[in-house]
Amino acid sequence: MNVAKMVDAKGLSCPMPLVKTKKAIDELTSGQVLEVQTTDKGAKNDLAAWAKVSGHKLVDMKEENGVLTFWIEKA
Amino acid sequence: MSEKKKTTIILFSGDYDKAMAAYIIANGAAAYDHEVTIFHTFWGLNALRKEEQVPVKKGFLEKMFAKMMPRGADKMGLSRMNFAGVGPKLIKHVIKKHNAMPLPQLIEMAKEQGVKLVACQMTVDLLGLKQEELIDGIEFAGVAAYLADASEGNVNLFI
Repeated sequence: MNVAKMVDAKGLSCPMPLVKTKKAIDELTSGQVLEVQTTDKGAKNDLAAWAKVSGHKLVDMKEENGVLTFWIEKA
Repeated sequence: MSEKKKTTIILFSGDYDKAMAAYIIANGAAAYDHEVTIFHTFWGLNALRKEEQVPVKKGFLEKMFAKMMPRGADKMGLSRMNFAGVGPKLIKHVIKKHNAMPLPQLIEMAKEQGVKLVACQMTVDLLGLKQEELIDGIEFAGVAAYLADASEGNVNLFI
């Protein structure tokens, strides 16, 4: 996957992962992919819901050693 | 692009924890690209006070109010377990431990994200607050301005 930008939100609590993701995605152009890393367990539902409502595509997600990684394609 | 959705929050409470909830929702809604307004009234106005004392002319009652109310977001008490001021210290400690954002930073971030902060003019006057005593970048309005936003609001909260 061609990742255009990466957000490291590890260790941060709600609402920071969301706010940082939103800021980063604003800097991308349509079709580019953003990678977000977070340790906030709430982010699993949060980012999925946010991507859905905002029209962005949650391409993939994985959980490894307590770190959640999301790949979101900008609409 | 379609018209932006709107979120309006009335912050009536002057409690640190309730204000924190209001500002977290506001920041979240801003990340959803909503136009967000927080309308501060009564005790919620204390979240907008500057920490330092600003020299302004006031009557006796207004001076009493100014003394007895928390001067700024960081000085606010908790709605539960305040323990005469120990509670807020404990909460700030766990906020730090969990890497969450304390209220003053949440307010800063909300401003950065373009959240409209409004002070209710009538209660500003009631509590004897002066414009110079409140933080910069806020608007002053009344019930009509709030309703104008809220009637098109997708999320309307009273906290």
